[in-house]
Amino acid sequence: MTRIEKTFEKLERAGEKALVGFITAGDPDAAQSLEIIAAMIDNGIDILELGVPFSDPTADGPVIQRSSARALKSGMNLEKVCDMITSLREKYVDIPVIVFSYYNPIFAYGIERFYTDFVSAGADGVLVVDLPPEESEEMTSRWTGAPLPLIRLVAPTTPDERMQHIADVSDGFIYMVSKTGVTGSDGLDASESGDQVSRLKRITHLPVCVGFGISTPDDVAAVARTADGVVIGSAFERTIEENLGKADIAARIGRQTAAYKAATRM
Amino acid sequence: MTHQQYRHYPDEKGHFGPYGGRYVAETLMPALLELEAAFDRFVPDKDFQAELTVMLNTYAGRPTPLYCARRLSDKLGGAAIYLKREDLLHTGAHKINNTLGQALLAKKMGKTKIIAETGAGQHGVATATAAAYFGMACKVFMGVEDIRRQAPNVKRMELLGAEIMPVESGTGTLKDAMNEAMRYWVSAIRDTFYVIGSVAGPHPYPAMVRAFQKIIGEETRTQVKDQCGRLPDLLIACVGGGSNAMGLFYPFLNDTVAMVGVEAAGKGVDTGGHAAILTTGSTGVLHGSKSYLLQDQWGQIQEAHSISAGLDYPGVGPEHALLKDLGRIFYMSVKDEEALAAFSTLCRVEGIIPALESSHAVYCAMIEAKKRPPEDIIVVNLSGRGDKDLGIVAGVDEIKAK
Repeated sequence: MTRIEKTFEKLERAGEKALVGFITAGDPDAAQSLEIIAAMIDNGIDILELGVPFSDPTADGPVIQRSSARALKSGMNLEKVCDMITSLREKYVDIPVIVFSYYNPIFAYGIERFYTDFVSAGADGVLVVDLPPEESEEMTSRWTGAPLPLIRLVAPTTPDERMQHIADVSDGFIYMVSKTGVTGSDGLDASESGDQVSRLKRITHLPVCVGFGISTPDDVAAVARTADGVVIGSAFERTIEENLGKADIAARIGRQTAAYKAATRM
Repeated sequence: MTHQQYRHYPDEKGHFGPYGGRYVAETLMPALLELEAAFDRFVPDKDFQAELTVMLNTYAGRPTPLYCARRLSDKLGGAAIYLKREDLLHTGAHKINNTLGQALLAKKMGKTKIIAETGAGQHGVATATAAAYFGMACKVFMGVEDIRRQAPNVKRMELLGAEIMPVESGTGTLKDAMNEAMRYWVSAIRDTFYVIGSVAGPHPYPAMVRAFQKIIGEETRTQVKDQCGRLPDLLIACVGGGSNAMGLFYPFLNDTVAMVGVEAAGKGVDTGGHAAILTTGSTGVLHGSKSYLLQDQWGQIQEAHSISAGLDYPGVGPEHALLKDLGRIFYMSVKDEEALAAFSTLCRVEGIIPALESSHAVYCAMIEAKKRPPEDIIVVNLSGRGDKDLGIVAGVDEIKAK
């Protein structure tokens, strides 16, 4: 059983939903980033999405754009992201770690090299935001050996037939984008995304995690009513941005995490 | 160049050999599939083509002349240089060919809002024009640096009723404008048509923009046969994203005609301040397609530089990448100062003020003409007009001093 499967099984037994925490690797620098991630894990995230910074993040809103720019400025790159996972695994053996990236950094690193290095570092999956099923085979067909699930996305614009196809080729869990827009957009419509989740859950046995535009514990509770997991990203990055230079960023992120986690307990 | 058959690209998934494709977020995929279906259904249609031809001929000012630049050719003492006068199209020069086509398609699809990215402002002006023509709401994303250096085009777009969306991220140039246009498009996907200005972006854009720009080459073919009784020996066009070049080259790809695409070498290809993507870049994925890019070893996109905003882009259309690899088109680069010299020469010798983008191609033609006998025919795509660049040129000492 994979770490992802074990995590969802454990949560189901406990009557909880998954809190999926996204953080840009290396924001504001590698050392603080590791402290922040530790605080997130210690305070209850169930799955870590580790963002690879990219110079041209076209699917992201201003908050994650700026976090990506800070991380690049601090010298972050895929090799160092891999080192961060290795170092996290010394202490955190059970939490699933998903590498969240645009395609070009992986392509430049080398598709086979990425697979080899990240599987051995202890990554559990990869989500490539600009790699739809139409293009993903060039990557996954070159991965042979232990499975490294490619986490697929479903959007509000995805029609039924396409959704079925995406569900059929998915592995790990499915990431459902709650709204048309970039990350960090305001105005979650929990009932609309709830309908979407129900539509998706009718055609897949995989867990469904919902992201984009979720920022408060109330949002988390609303989404958790139908989804199997709730993804928080920009809200964490906003905390980093508003507290740059302060010594207690990790502590603040820890308290924020605990509040979100409480909202996933039904 | 030996005769060779150029296969019909892209394939059904939008690939030009190893390049092209659709590397976009899932939210955009259904919209791209819808666009592809509409493009396949409407654009080949006789009625669509007839409607577009009327617009191009009675509104935009086609066909544009093919002009034999006799004084320039005599001065150089070599091959005859012909200029395809796309600069004479009033709003946005050659960009209007594409924006009228895409806006007509948007209308057929029932879209009422259009958006565009722009660098030099030519595509923004051309999109704003098409939006006014069809009575559509129009937003144009433009980097703050480009807004500063292409002020006349900003004014034009505003006069035409477009809303300028200033983009401050990155270096405030074309790449950043395209990032922001894609972000906006994701949020407004249901009623908004994105008019991409070059043969770049995800499928079907490279094929669609080519379909609307190939009229440049088709007219040239007829005109050069009428005027010279045969096909030209060499075609030259500047390459930023590559739409004016593809427009001229595409109808000649299966002929024994040599072609040169001219990129911007900026301050020099060894300086790091350039936009010579095909001659110095490597394969990667940006803005929805795979092609050559300026990038570092970690796949982070690097800044391009050119004195001409329209060439100031770190990527290039995927079909150009394929044509380079196939050896069908030769790509070279011309520096800022060389483009300025060609700009100055064409102004004085022919009374034509070319865009700084097109001046890169003119410079290449001046070099090539000298190497060739007088019976050779070179056609240069004069893709734009230089009035938008007067602010930049006024700041250059060598030109002021003359």
